Amino acid sequence: MAAILELAGVLKAFGAITVADDQSWSLGTGEALGVIGPNGAGKTTMFNLVTGTLPVDGGAIRLAGEDITDWPAARRCRAGLARSFQVPQPFGAMTIFENAFVAATQGAGLAPAEAEDLCLDVLDRTGLLRKANTMAGGLTLLERKRLELARAMCAKPRVLLLDEIAGGLTDHECKSLIETINGLRSTGISIVWIEHVVHALLAVVDRLIVIDFGRKIAEGEPRAIMDSREVRKIYLGIEADA
Amino acid sequence: MTNLTVSRSTPASTIAMVALGTAIIILFAAPWWAGRSELRLLGEIFLYMSLATLWNFLAGYAGLVSVGQQAYVGLGGYMFFAATIFWGLSPLVALPIAALIGAAISAPVAALIFRLRGAYFAIGTWVVAEVFRLTFAQISALGGGSGTSLPVSVAQSLADGRDAREALTYWLALGIAVVVIGAVFAFLRSRRGVALMAIRDNELAAKSLGIDIWWTKFTVYVVTAGLTTLVGGLIFLQKLRISPDAAFSVNDSTAFVIFIVVIGGIGTLEGPILGTLVYFALRETLADYGTIYLIALGVVAIAIMLFAPKGLWGLIRGHRGTELFPLSRRVRGLTEKGQ
Ligand SMILES: Nc1ncnc2c1ncn2[C@@H]1O[C@H](COP(=O)(O)OP(=O)(O)OP(=O)(O)O)[C@@H](O)[C@H]1O
Ligand SMILES: [Mg+2]
Repeated sequence: MAAILELAGVLKAFGAITVADDQSWSLGTGEALGVIGPNGAGKTTMFNLVTGTLPVDGGAIRLAGEDITDWPAARRCRAGLARSFQVPQPFGAMTIFENAFVAATQGAGLAPAEAEDLCLDVLDRTGLLRKANTMAGGLTLLERKRLELARAMCAKPRVLLLDEIAGGLTDHECKSLIETINGLRSTGISIVWIEHVVHALLAVVDRLIVIDFGRKIAEGEPRAIMDSREVRKIYLGIEADA
Repeated sequence: MTNLTVSRSTPASTIAMVALGTAIIILFAAPWWAGRSELRLLGEIFLYMSLATLWNFLAGYAGLVSVGQQAYVGLGGYMFFAATIFWGLSPLVALPIAALIGAAISAPVAALIFRLRGAYFAIGTWVVAEVFRLTFAQISALGGGSGTSLPVSVAQSLADGRDAREALTYWLALGIAVVVIGAVFAFLRSRRGVALMAIRDNELAAKSLGIDIWWTKFTVYVVTAGLTTLVGGLIFLQKLRISPDAAFSVNDSTAFVIFIVVIGGIGTLEGPILGTLVYFALRETLADYGTIYLIALGVVAIAIMLFAPKGLWGLIRGHRGTELFPLSRRVRGLTEKGQ
């Protein structure tokens, strides 16, 4: 499995705190990788570094073998990286449909007619179609999170980065989210998913990595990782209050 | 899914576009039904509407809060004078030439001031306007610090007789308003316009979705500068006289314009148009009261900023996103889907 995304010795510090400490890992083409770790471990920061909204202090990031470390965020998206934001960032004065349309025309570079078809399809699959004409500024948090997923999908990424999209869902909603993501996987998209809702993660990912204090402290087969002593030690606390 | 379509117009926007077309025809005929002073007032309204639309394009959409747009108004005036006096161009050729020069000069200016952020950017734009003012005050061929008048021959070359001249400058003002609002509307409807509206709402999300923010803003800055220069040329064709202080007046070209956009509603096409109408309504009813008029303007501005931060159009627009200019994309046929 050729690596689609690779991090090699990535470093980032905010003043005295190190949030990415020599992080190295790779994502295979078509693979789904889960990321877990306690609050403040540096998971979202790692996405910021990968997508280019934050510059690295050192190390290299490669997409399909190409060094993208110095590329601006917009170029990385057009090259096939799209993310959902943990704290939703909707275009508030636009409708749900128009939010998706931005991603389809700018990120995926589609012509209007193709973009419209893609957006309608994605909104249908993410359960947002009914609200397509609702202004994004007036949505509930859960709807905003769903929009994050839909919008990232409309950018037609090769690598989809998901940041905590399963929190607060009912069992039924969670099941349909898992179905949606597994459906995406069948189209060949590679996925990195940061998630505290472990059972949802385990229903999708092939492999897990664990981050603590900006360091990758474990990596491997999901069940084995969850059962490992190190992970249970830092992770049980989170599962208890989630 | 198959019965879903995406439509850009709404009943409201279709009615509005028909009404706008009708209004333009009626206004085009104004030289036949309006008196000379009404014609002048209408001309002035069109020029302010253009300036407000342009400032809103820059600040409301691209987030480039400039307090130095008088740089391009003044540049337009001086370029128009230079083109007609020195190069002997006809006024109707000189206006578009001035616009092109304005756009060309704005490109390096943008490259320079785009390094500044927020308040520093605003101050930077004002400094640029001051540099322009001081520069033109040095050019003795254009009258230096005290300015110069448009030679009578140039004004006469426009049309025979005073009435014909007044009518022509009126039509130019109307034409420029149509061109400016039409150009901004066309930009916003294009693919770049989608990017620009995304930038207006959320820059972080915009760049993460593949939008090149610098280029988009640069394009907006240059287009705005070119069109502002065009408006400036016409303003001084009407005034027939130019001086550095009048040409680069922050009050006339920027302060009142910001007032108009703020009360009308920033970040929408309708806002500046509505704001211009409200501003002139206030001015025409209160101007006789001197300073009270200025105090009233201040009170209106503060009240709107406090109680309707999205301006009067923001109040009308509401959560449903009513619009007169068809920019949005609405999905039709959803109700038939049941759910
Ligand atoms: N722009 C920033 N400037 C300074 N500190 C930051 C910045 N962004 C994040 N941090 C800090 O970096 C650390 C890692 O934050 P990050 O958001 O990456 O954690 P996380 O693993 O995503 O946590 P959570 O599970 O709560 O989402 C935190 O201590 C946070 O306060
Ligand atoms: Mg996080």
